[in-house]
Amino acid sequence: MMDQMPTILMLAPFIGAVGLSLLAWRRPAAAMPVVFGALAITVLAAVLTLREVLANGTITYLLSGWDRLPERAEGMAVGIEYKIDAFNALVLVLIPAIALINALYLRTRLAVECAGKEILYAILYLLLVVGLCGMVITNDAFNLYVLLEISSLTSYALIGIGRRRAAHATFNYIMTGTIGASFFLLGVGYLYIQVGTLNIGDIHEALMASSELRGLASIKVAAMMIMAGLWLKMGLFPLHGWLPNAYRYAPTATGSLMAPLVTKVMVVVMLRMMVSLFGLDYLFAELNWRPVIVGIACVAILAGSFFALAQRDIRGMLCFLIVAEVGYMVGGAWLGNEAGITGAAYHVLSDACMTFCLFLAVAAIILRTGEHRLSAFRGAFRKMPVAMAAFTVGALSMVGLPPTCGFFSKWYLLIGGVEAGQWHYVACLLISSLVNAVLFFRIFEIALMKVEVEESGSFDVDALPEDPEDRWVRVPVGTIVAMIVAATAVLMIGLLNRPIASFIATWIGQAVEVAP
Amino acid sequence: MMPILGSTVSTVTEPSLLPVFACLASLLAIPGILAFRKSPNAREGVTFIAGGIKLALVLMMVPGVLSGKMYEFRFFELVEGVGLEFRVDGLGLLFGIVASFLWLCTTLYAIGYMRAHHETNQTRFFSFFALSLCATLGVAFAGNLLTLYIFYEMLSLSTFPLVSHHGDKKARTGGRTYLSYLLGASIGLALPALIFCYTRSPEGMDFMTGGFMAGKVGATEAAILLLMFAYGFAKCGLMPLHSWLPGAMVAPTPVSALLHAVAVVKVGVFCVIRVVTGVFGTDFLLEVDAATALQWAAAITVVVSSLIALSQDNLKRMLAFSTIGQLGYIVLGVALLSPKGVAGSMLHIAMHATGKITLFMCAGAIFVATGKKYISQMEGMGRTMPLTFAAFFIGSLSVIGLPPTGGFISKFYLVMGTIEAGKIPLLVVFLVSTILNAAYFMPIVFRAFFPRGPTAPFRWDRVQEVPKACLIPILITATITILAFFVPELGQRLAALMVPGL
Repeated sequence: MMDQMPTILMLAPFIGAVGLSLLAWRRPAAAMPVVFGALAITVLAAVLTLREVLANGTITYLLSGWDRLPERAEGMAVGIEYKIDAFNALVLVLIPAIALINALYLRTRLAVECAGKEILYAILYLLLVVGLCGMVITNDAFNLYVLLEISSLTSYALIGIGRRRAAHATFNYIMTGTIGASFFLLGVGYLYIQVGTLNIGDIHEALMASSELRGLASIKVAAMMIMAGLWLKMGLFPLHGWLPNAYRYAPTATGSLMAPLVTKVMVVVMLRMMVSLFGLDYLFAELNWRPVIVGIACVAILAGSFFALAQRDIRGMLCFLIVAEVGYMVGGAWLGNEAGITGAAYHVLSDACMTFCLFLAVAAIILRTGEHRLSAFRGAFRKMPVAMAAFTVGALSMVGLPPTCGFFSKWYLLIGGVEAGQWHYVACLLISSLVNAVLFFRIFEIALMKVEVEESGSFDVDALPEDPEDRWVRVPVGTIVAMIVAATAVLMIGLLNRPIASFIATWIGQAVEVAP
Repeated sequence: MMPILGSTVSTVTEPSLLPVFACLASLLAIPGILAFRKSPNAREGVTFIAGGIKLALVLMMVPGVLSGKMYEFRFFELVEGVGLEFRVDGLGLLFGIVASFLWLCTTLYAIGYMRAHHETNQTRFFSFFALSLCATLGVAFAGNLLTLYIFYEMLSLSTFPLVSHHGDKKARTGGRTYLSYLLGASIGLALPALIFCYTRSPEGMDFMTGGFMAGKVGATEAAILLLMFAYGFAKCGLMPLHSWLPGAMVAPTPVSALLHAVAVVKVGVFCVIRVVTGVFGTDFLLEVDAATALQWAAAITVVVSSLIALSQDNLKRMLAFSTIGQLGYIVLGVALLSPKGVAGSMLHIAMHATGKITLFMCAGAIFVATGKKYISQMEGMGRTMPLTFAAFFIGSLSVIGLPPTGGFISKFYLVMGTIEAGKIPLLVVFLVSTILNAAYFMPIVFRAFFPRGPTAPFRWDRVQEVPKACLIPILITATITILAFFVPELGQRLAALMVPGL
């Protein structure tokens, strides 16, 4: 049983989705129980897998037992291989956990935002989790592409199901997403032609073994294609055009699932491609792309931050912050030293949690007040203390103040920047922190004080008519629990950064050791 | 490795929960404060109990520290090689005593002030007050640079709602300035400097007498890092990053009194002292001659702020500029790198705190009793508020640095420090600033008792003092200001622990 955990992890949401579509098409009441059940099993399987990895090291799992055939040249893999190491075991816990906690929020919104499409939504929700987990767990480049498409297609639908403007946002997303996926596939194709295998580990070994292979232009093109495809999918500036509207106009529960996970999983894939497939030696010793890519990342950080500053719509602001955060991670990864990659990998976890926390809190606030602009925060500390507490934790983490996880990811990224001598990256990180401070403290000010908002003339929290029922706005219990868990996660990931960073260091170390 | 502080007394570290409890005492008061939000007396009672416990816990560490112990507590490792840890040495304890004792005085004062003034949101006020004291003690007891930084940021955030307490347009501007200066400087300057230090010294960032960075950086790097820290910890009010302090005077007076005369600004200079003595080490800085720029930055701050104070009519603003000048003294003293200068800085933290808090509380008392906040309106008021103005006189003597007040002792050390370091121009700075201090304080006191124009003879039944809750703490701190002149041993001995060769 224990050694089947990697498949159980993938199959639970998949069977849940298929089961819903076959058996419960006309029973909307079945949607949420199945989602909860399937995701709970997934989380459990992921936790058990993580424990196993921590105890016994990396797990490789050959799907359907398609073992390496000894008679085949170089003993290359035939079937699909799952590989779970210290880092992606963590991400594998994170994805279903966020989906499960988000389901607590989804439960209250499903019937409202997707009336008549509950089952459809639940199926897509579960399939998206399958796709995201699959991209992290698989060690096969083509399988990765397939799962990338699964997650893309489901996310198009999950966004498109939303309000009227969502259709247009989805169309943009489909266009960009398809181009991105095609780039990725092309890159994988080039690799397959040259190396003759799709197994990531085998490709890596082949590249390491032959300097002739490494010198080939087509491998370089493959690297370029794969990176470009992933950047499109993760929304690295200036390829971010699809991102803000897609997350903003999607149903709120989609936003709070996709914003933390989708771009972050793409970063995980990028890190795997860099560390496990091409290898750091190849990328940083033979291709000298670091200055260019770190430069792009710097621009992304600044652009994201300043666009966010210009937004008056709360969710639009958060979406542009994601663009900046993608810049953090891409830049950190391409610093090319251990601290930088550790920072990028750690930031995947911390950014996922803080984005989740912020999106949940903002969704709760928007729903209660019916406003999308910053003015929705008027008097929020008094009216919605829990939501604002969660928002505060998330915001402090975005600014990068200790002891939240955002501080420690900046810590590793900055150390990486200093060690690599990339001072412009260091400067951009600091500037972005300061811009985030301005952004969020502007909101705190609105939430805390008597503020005259231009649109509605003079506004005074204390001058509001005393309405005993309106003082404490009721938020559904599930949402409150979800926000508390998310805020706790932000703090815990920060305080536990030592063990997490050491897992990541182990992962990088293993990947580098394989290299001769 | 074991940090060694002080050469005269051999030091041993002893694991102890005392500093943790002392730090947490005020944090644990917050649920109580919130629970009793409906009954102000019980609410303030909680603050008092917590304050008493906190002070008791801090004082319990005195005998041990004086006998050469260092109480240490390590929570867990934050990043590789650097843990969240407390270590109480002479300097930390000195600051801890000052902060927790003055918290008690200020709480009493705040009760009188906030109630007499019918301030809103008093529960929020007392909660954040308690939180910021927790952060202050965290800074005082921090055992390494990262822990120090964490509590420093916590203090900035927890004092923001206090500064903009009134919530009107002025308070908002003040709060904005406050936070943008403090956060901007700490994230923009102190954090990168901290990270640079960590990349050079990844095995640990514990404060130690020789400095953990000694020998790991060159002369230029040391000078730049030192300036980055001194400006990054913008709470120390070095010009030109000082304007948050006058801006923050929009806060209710108890906040100005405790936070902007004691806790917040002293945390700033405390951090600078820590950086000079514990991060780089005075010997190393002297060897590479890296502190000259800091000396002059502080000297300019001292003189310019005194000149600005001279031209202020708003009493609280004047006191704010006077504080900036006195903070400059402390930074200048430690930047002299001579034993007497460093000891003088440490003592001045305590001496200036008692003097300045008295002055601020007097300013608040005048405002509560009469609604007046401009110096020009205070003529003759010594006759209606004799006790308040007597205390004001004592406080200003201390800030000027005249006997019989504590300010004289620390200023004496500072002046001796300049001679010891052979920096005569800086001696002149101290003297000029003393004259300027006298020039802006003495006329206020003089005119209050001897107004121009005809005056009615003094009679006790015309006296209109402030409520007792306001007056008692003023008299306590004024008394202590004088006592500090006659019995300064505790402060001297604690400071001596930190300065080898004094």
